[in-house]
Amino acid sequence: MASYLYLMISMPDFTIMEESKMKIAVLSGKGGTGKTFISVNLAAASPKAIYVDCDVEEPNGHIFFRPKELTYEIVSVMTPVVDHSKCNGCRTCVEFCKFNALAYINKKIMIFDDVCHSCGGCTILCPEKAISEKKKAIGTIQKGISENVKVITGMLNTGESSGVPIIKKLNEDILPNTDLTIIDCPPGSACIVIESIKVADYCILVAEPTLFGCHNLNMVYKLVQLFNKPFGVVLNKCIEGENPSEEFCTKHGIPILLQIKFCSDLGRINSNGLIAVREKQEYKDLFSLLLKSLPGGTV
Amino acid sequence: MKKLLILSGKGGTGKTTVASAFIKLSSAKAFADCDVDAPNLHLIMQQKLEPKKIDYLGMGKAKIDSEKCVNCGLCQIKCSFDAIKKYKECYNVDAYSCEGCGVCEAICYARAIKVYPDIAGELMLYKNDFTFSTAQLKMGSGTSGKLVTEVKKQLDLAEINTKIAIIDGSPGIGCPVIASLSGVDMVLIVSEPSLSGISDMKRIISTAQKFAVKTVVCVNKYDTNLENTIKIEKLCEEFELDFVGRIPFDSNVVKAVNKGKSIVEFDCLATDAIKSVFDKTINILNT
Amino acid sequence: MTYVHLLQSILHKRMKARINNMKIAIPVDDKSIESKVCISFGRTPYFLIYETDTKQSVFLDNNAIASQGGAGIKAAQAIVDEGVNILITPRCGENAAEVLKPANIKLYKTVNDSIEDNIEAFTNGKLSLLDDIHAGFHNHGGK
Repeated sequence: MASYLYLMISMPDFTIMEESKMKIAVLSGKGGTGKTFISVNLAAASPKAIYVDCDVEEPNGHIFFRPKELTYEIVSVMTPVVDHSKCNGCRTCVEFCKFNALAYINKKIMIFDDVCHSCGGCTILCPEKAISEKKKAIGTIQKGISENVKVITGMLNTGESSGVPIIKKLNEDILPNTDLTIIDCPPGSACIVIESIKVADYCILVAEPTLFGCHNLNMVYKLVQLFNKPFGVVLNKCIEGENPSEEFCTKHGIPILLQIKFCSDLGRINSNGLIAVREKQEYKDLFSLLLKSLPGGTV
Repeated sequence: MKKLLILSGKGGTGKTTVASAFIKLSSAKAFADCDVDAPNLHLIMQQKLEPKKIDYLGMGKAKIDSEKCVNCGLCQIKCSFDAIKKYKECYNVDAYSCEGCGVCEAICYARAIKVYPDIAGELMLYKNDFTFSTAQLKMGSGTSGKLVTEVKKQLDLAEINTKIAIIDGSPGIGCPVIASLSGVDMVLIVSEPSLSGISDMKRIISTAQKFAVKTVVCVNKYDTNLENTIKIEKLCEEFELDFVGRIPFDSNVVKAVNKGKSIVEFDCLATDAIKSVFDKTINILNT
Repeated sequence: MTYVHLLQSILHKRMKARINNMKIAIPVDDKSIESKVCISFGRTPYFLIYETDTKQSVFLDNNAIASQGGAGIKAAQAIVDEGVNILITPRCGENAAEVLKPANIKLYKTVNDSIEDNIEAFTNGKLSLLDDIHAGFHNHGGK
């Protein structure tokens, strides 16, 4: 069985670090490459770890972990409230708001929570101090335990425009921790991804061996370089034949930590919502090896 | 012109593979890629020509003029997005965190801060005997919804004489997906038979239903998990959505993609299945 | 008729004309009476403002078009500020509709994309009220 899974360490002179204490972000430019598969199994393979799901639009890690002893915390942002008795109709707030969240109709201020970006500008600038702030819930953070893993999941309420405030809260929770932390990031390279890697010591980029995978790997490659994060690549679902993503890594001198061949057994385990390292010892060995081989905090 | 949008909820289920197949099968003269964060359709539509490019302006970004700045730090205190940092006695705006709200500009006593227009991406329009509209969002941007709208608008304004337009959507349920839903005639959901895939499919169905758009579903890579495939078919019955077919996992898909071609240019099982899904989908679209 | 009565009668006619004057807004693609009606309200490039008594038209630039989000709200505020009474449009989002309601602006649905046809239809009482308000696009720039 081990013949179809092999480990490649392209830069052998890295110090082998104790895998604990690191915060590792797992990202990919493209969805469906295996971020969650890698993140969940890395966390599960460690003696003790924290798994954080930053893909707040479509969080999936909790489907695999089925955590228990759940606690919930609501994440809120601030939106304005007007005291109409103090408002003199100067319209400073209406003219200022770049998001068009305020209107002045029939001598009354109207507020539109769903387009408000919570910048606080109207509250600060109102000359009559007629505006104050109230909380608006935009999502939840669920915490629970799954055997050796503490599972923290961010969930954005449907219809809300930005999950960034949830990531900010998650980062606050992650930062003081000294356990191994695996951060499962959203796909792409938009602002929410940037927020998700903020507290990471190291980034694992997951790529598929297709033209699409390679094209999107390029985007996150630029991203991690821009933010000076040490990184390595895991190539997933590899099959016989050309591997544009592997060629890309070779061309740019990017360390390939692991190549996982496409395997219907793994696919089946994953599609049934099971954690591979908890199903078979060989998968646990593989991910433990991957953990141990991750380089230290500076490159 | 009828617009068919292809969505999935979960990433990697095969939207672009199916979209490119449909474009070839329908000989559509108009198509668009609304996955502005990670556009892929152009890689297999064999574009030899250069597209017309237009800058897309997002929310502005604030900049601090260090010569005027008096280092009072008020902007840093009042910024709701933690976008202002002090570095070596100088205050700077982190453009990636800045949302262009203008609070710092408004409260700076020294008038040292100004919000400038910022290029958040690029729109591209390929015009030949077909019209292909796409865009690329700049890394770190947060205004993808409006860019998606611009991609669709380019298609509308091109006034193409064609019966059908195929739109390759983006994963998720948020901003860009909601923007792509407006004004389409039908949605085809490409699902995959995994627990995550099913969970994400439910969320995308509920999003599409909020916009009262006719929705049909197919399963890709169905033979990787037959049990889950059947679960999906049952869900379609429950939600009263037409199920338009199963597509098998086929390694020819990867080969096709890597050659920059659509799968339907190969004679294989996946192609046969996609043709059947296509026929059923178009039938429903035209009724 | 006495001089006072004459004055009263003239004043009365003028007031009646003023009361009956309607200011109509229509979203349009170009600054011309031959232009087509724009399919979007919030992101229309211009508004035609038509006064029923003088039969005069002016065109208003829509500053909301550049907005990332909340375009409907800004566009609605602009036409309220113009003193518009009637809006004839193919579509309207829920946020914009919320702004127009307290301002007592009536929403009518266009019959086709010709400005002249719609004004004529309104004048002849042939337009129906717009009652399918679509859900907001929540910063997504909707169209």
